[in-house]
Amino acid sequence: MIRVWLAQHWFVFMATFKRLLATPITSLLSVIIMGVALSVPVSIYVLVENLQAIANERNSPQMSIFLRNDAKQADVDRIRQDLEQNPQIIELEFVTKDVALQQLLEKSELPDIAMNLPRNPLPDAFVITLNENALENLKQLQEDLKGKPEIKYVQFDSAWIERFSALLELGHSIILMITMISSIAIIAVMFNTIRLQIATKHDEIEISKLIGATDSFIRRPFLYFGALQGLAAGAIAWLIVLLLIHLINEQLIVFLRFYEMEFLLGSLSTENGLSLLFFSTWLGWLGARLSVSNHLWRIEPQ
Amino acid sequence: MITFKNVSKRYPNGYIALNNINLSINVGEMVFLTGHSGAGKSTLLKSIAAIERPTSGIITISGQNIAQLKSSAIPFLRRKIGIVFQDHKLLFDRSIFDNILLPLQISNFDTQTAASRVRAALDKVGLLKKEKAMPITLSGGERQRLCIARAIVHRPAILIADEPTGNLDIAYARDIMAMFTSFNQVGVTVIISTHDASLLENTQHRILSLAQGSLLA
Ligand SMILES: Nc1ncnc2c1ncn2[C@@H]1O[C@H](COP(=O)(O)OP(=O)(O)O)[C@@H](O)[C@H]1O
Ligand SMILES: [Mg+2]
Repeated sequence: MIRVWLAQHWFVFMATFKRLLATPITSLLSVIIMGVALSVPVSIYVLVENLQAIANERNSPQMSIFLRNDAKQADVDRIRQDLEQNPQIIELEFVTKDVALQQLLEKSELPDIAMNLPRNPLPDAFVITLNENALENLKQLQEDLKGKPEIKYVQFDSAWIERFSALLELGHSIILMITMISSIAIIAVMFNTIRLQIATKHDEIEISKLIGATDSFIRRPFLYFGALQGLAAGAIAWLIVLLLIHLINEQLIVFLRFYEMEFLLGSLSTENGLSLLFFSTWLGWLGARLSVSNHLWRIEPQ
Repeated sequence: MITFKNVSKRYPNGYIALNNINLSINVGEMVFLTGHSGAGKSTLLKSIAAIERPTSGIITISGQNIAQLKSSAIPFLRRKIGIVFQDHKLLFDRSIFDNILLPLQISNFDTQTAASRVRAALDKVGLLKKEKAMPITLSGGERQRLCIARAIVHRPAILIADEPTGNLDIAYARDIMAMFTSFNQVGVTVIISTHDASLLENTQHRILSLAQGSLLA
């Protein structure tokens, strides 16, 4: 039973493949259009990933957490425990208000004034160093910490990191938007391709229905066609990104040689590449599915 | 058994093609359906396979009401029936072999069984040597036999043929009628429509006459 079922699917799959090869120019054209559309968000994604990697290499992000002036030792211990359990934090330093004042006095040009303060105005603070991955959800971590009653204020130690984190967030939402636009483009191309195919296969569909074909039997080759084209489009997008990164790297080598530096952009990881193929296959299938359910019922045998 | 009870069919344009038809056809019976062009023969035959749905009345096959069948059940009804269409409904972009293979593919036959069944059907209609040819290269009579091979390849219990001798000369027509008789002799219920009364002159089989959508007594 399973064997027959597999053989049937294999047969349809091969027939679909032959159909792809039967109209090589048309098939190639729509696959290229879809591949190019998909390569745009993927390229931006790879570039943003690279920027992030560069940023992480230069600075490990640091944050200062200032406690309230009335924080008790118990509060301090509780916060420390919380922070120690957070996997994003790789270094934790506690700076008491006395130490902080000491440091201020050493740096300050007005030691007299500081000396003459009636009491130490500085709070206790934790200075934490975060790991690379934390950069993406820096804002979230900041909000979490601010929510604790013992904590008065949370500050990034460099405004640059805060801005960069915001920029990354912007980058990610731009990627998301462009991905959606590209996806719509792919679905539209697939929708139209399948619409044309259904038109040329009108007789075959009508006759199949007349002699007892189920809807799923009639749908199957079109869905395979959509999925195969989607897969090919994903492969083309991947190739485009590989090529793009390769070309940029060639330029980078020449450019950085003047500064006696060496740096290469990383490309799309295999894991992400496979996700891309999976996603594009699904998109092709979806476009075909929408087109088929839109056009097939119009062919009613007479 | 096939039964029609008070079956009427009005087309969307208002034309009444079948008017209160009552009939029954036994299992293993062979019947002819005659009437002038436009009498409603094709409409009646198509309604057996749920290709046209009656506006009112009940059609049953082995007790199952065809008129009330869900659309998802229709493919399985059609697989029990072999149909020779008046307008052939052949696929001209594939070989004779592949045309006959189609009903078996639809019913998920495995490739080897399907191939041997296709050849058996081709043998029965005398087209075995032409399995690789394209339908366009066939004569009118050969095309008709191709249609018959496709209608019987999945070994249906009911065979419906809509004017299978339509444009054929008399010798060819007799040939084809003999073919249907031989299918009937192995137990298939056969229903054949024709507007050519001369073919039925000395038949022993029942004849149903249609005129303007009504059955004549
Ligand atoms: N789809 C349709 N819409 C409207 N009228 C139709 C349709 N099909 C057939 N008819 C009409 O119904 C009548 C019977 O047609 P049909 O069953 O094909 O007759 P026959 O096969 O006996 O020639 C004819 O007058 C024909 O014009
Ligand atoms: Mg007719």
